[in-house]
Amino acid sequence: MIPLTWSLAVSAGLFTIGLVGVLVRRNALVIFMSIELMLNAANLVFVAFGQHMNDIEGQVVVFFVMAVAAAEVAVGLAIIVNLFRLRETVFVDEVNLLKG
Amino acid sequence: MMQIWSNPDVQFVVWALVKITVILFTMLGLVSYLIYAERKIAGHIQSRTGPNRVGPLGLLQPIADVLKLFFKEEFIPDEANKVIYHVAPTLAVVPALVTFSVIPFGPQDALRVTDINVGLLLFLAMSSLGVYSITLGGWASNNKYALLGGLRSSAQMISYELAMGLSTVGVLLLAGSLSLVRIVEMQSGPLTLFGVAIPFLQNWFVFFQPVAFVIFVITALAETNRAPFDLPEAEAELVAGFHTEYSSMKFGLFFLGEFMNVIAICAIAVTLFLGGWNGPGPPALGIVWFFLKLAALLFFFIWVRWTFPRLRYDQLMHFGWKVLLPVTLINVVVTAFVMHWGAGR
Amino acid sequence: MIVESLFAAFAAVALCSGLMVILHRNAVTSALFLVLAFCALAGIYLLMGAEFVGMVQIIVYAGAIMVLFLFVIMYLNLKHDVETGVQVAVRRGLGWILGAVLLTEGALLLRRGWFPGPVAAPAVPPPAGNTEAIGEVLFTRYLFPFEVIAMVLLVAMVGVIVVGKGLRPGAGEEER
Repeated sequence: MIPLTWSLAVSAGLFTIGLVGVLVRRNALVIFMSIELMLNAANLVFVAFGQHMNDIEGQVVVFFVMAVAAAEVAVGLAIIVNLFRLRETVFVDEVNLLKG
Repeated sequence: MMQIWSNPDVQFVVWALVKITVILFTMLGLVSYLIYAERKIAGHIQSRTGPNRVGPLGLLQPIADVLKLFFKEEFIPDEANKVIYHVAPTLAVVPALVTFSVIPFGPQDALRVTDINVGLLLFLAMSSLGVYSITLGGWASNNKYALLGGLRSSAQMISYELAMGLSTVGVLLLAGSLSLVRIVEMQSGPLTLFGVAIPFLQNWFVFFQPVAFVIFVITALAETNRAPFDLPEAEAELVAGFHTEYSSMKFGLFFLGEFMNVIAICAIAVTLFLGGWNGPGPPALGIVWFFLKLAALLFFFIWVRWTFPRLRYDQLMHFGWKVLLPVTLINVVVTAFVMHWGAGR
Repeated sequence: MIVESLFAAFAAVALCSGLMVILHRNAVTSALFLVLAFCALAGIYLLMGAEFVGMVQIIVYAGAIMVLFLFVIMYLNLKHDVETGVQVAVRRGLGWILGAVLLTEGALLLRRGWFPGPVAAPAVPPPAGNTEAIGEVLFTRYLFPFEVIAMVLLVAMVGVIVVGKGLRPGAGEEER
C-alpha cells in the first residue's frame, strides 16, 4: 500500500511546478502544458483519496476531468492557432493591444 | 543465494524476464522472415520469382539485408534535432513489442507473459503511442517532405485508431471482459447459432461480429501504413515520406518497427476475432493453431498490399471519418440491442 | 517494498519531467517531457490498482492530447523562447517565489496530517475488477454527468472546427 502522504506530496509538487510554469513562461503553448500538469496533479489526488477511502467515485471523477481536459485543450489550441494567424506570435506578452 | 532464489517475488520477475526474452527473439526472427515472405509473395504475384540467390530458395536473404544495412554509411542532416532524430526509430519498435506482453499464445500459463485485466486497453494505448515515432521522425529530419509525410501519416493513424477501438467494443460486449485471456477462453467450445450446434466450427467471434472483423482488418492496414493506405510513405509521391533522411540502422529500425506493428496487430486480430489458440484437437496444440492463424492473416495483409492501388489522401480521410466511424458506431448499437433482447429469450 | 520503490521511481520521473517541461527552451522538447510525465503518472495509477484510469491516461492524455499539442507546435514552427528585459526577469522572479511559498505551505499542511483515516469497507462488496466497478457507478449514479460530458465533447468539436476555419471564406485550413 502506498501511504497517502506520499501521493499528496507528489501531487503538491506537480501542481506547484505547473503553477510556476504558468507564471514564468511566455510561450502560450508551454503555459497550456503547465495547466495540463496542474490538472494531472488534481487527478492524482482524486485517485489517491479514492484508494485511501475505498471509494470508486474518485476514479469516476478522474474520468470526467480527463474528458473536460481533452475538450479544453482542443478549443484552446484552436484559439492559439487563430492568434498566431493574426498576430504572428504565440508569446503572451506581445499580445497587448488592450493594455492601458 | 538460496534465500534470494526462494523469494517468490524474485522468481516471478526472473520467470517473466525469461518469457520476455523468448518472445522478443521469436518475434525478431518472425519479422525478418516476414520481410522475406513479403518479397517472395510479391514476386510471385508479379509473375517473377523473388529472391532466390542467397541460400536455398533465398532463405538467407534477411541476413544479407541486415548486413547490408549495418554496413551502409549513415548520413545525419546538419540542422536536425539530434536527440529526437536518434530516439524516433526506437519509439517505432517499443510499443509494438509491449503489445506482445499481453497476447496469449497458448492455453498454458507459460505461453503468455502476463494477464492484466485491461489487456485490450493496453493494446489501444500502445497503438496510440505508435504515432509519436512517425511524427517525431518526420519533424526531426528538418526536411519539408519528411515533415509533410510525417504529419499526414500521423493524422491518418489517429483517424483510423478511433474506428479500430470502436470495432473492438463489439467483442468486448460479447466477451464481457477486457482481459485477452478471458476473451480467448470465451471463444472455445462449439458454435451454437440459435440453439443449433454447428459441427466443425468453434465459437469464434468473427461469426458473431463479421462487420467488426472487416473493419478491424481495414483499420489495421491503415494503422500500420500499409497499402492501400500507404500514401504517406509511398516512394513515388513524397520521396520516402517521414523516413527520407534516415539511413542504415535507423531506417532498419523504422522498417522493423513497421513490420513488428503488423505482426502485433495481426496477433491481436487473431486473439479477438479468430479464436486465439482455439482449434480442433487437444488444447496443448494451441500454440500451433495460433501461429497458423497468424500466418494466414499475415499472408492476407501481404496479398492486399500487392493487389490494390493506393488511396489518395483525401479519399483516405473521407473513408476513415465518414464511412468507417459511423459503421462501427452502428455495429456497437446493433450488438448491444441484440445482446439485450436476445438474452431475454 | 517493491511497490513503494516503484512508486518512488515513477514519482521521481514525473517530478523531474515536470521540471524539464517548464525549464526547457524548445517547445517540442517540453511536450515530449510532458508525455513522459503522463506515462509516469499512468504507472503510479497502475500501482494504486486503478488500472482502467492508468490505461485511459495513456490513451487520452499521452496518445491524443499531446499528439494534438505536437501537431500545433510543428504547424506553428516556433523558434526558441527568448527571454530578455528587466520586466521579464522581475515577473519570473516573482513566479518562482510564489511557487516556493506554495510548496512550503503544502509541506506544512502535510506534516500536520489532518486528513481523515480510511473508512470501513463498503456494505455491498465491490465487483471484481476495476473497470466493472467504475462502470457500475458511472452508468447508475453518474449517468447524467456522463451524458453532459458527451454534449461537452460534441460542443467542443463543433467549436474547434468553427474557430479553426476562420471568419473569411477560404482563410482557414481544417484543424482537428
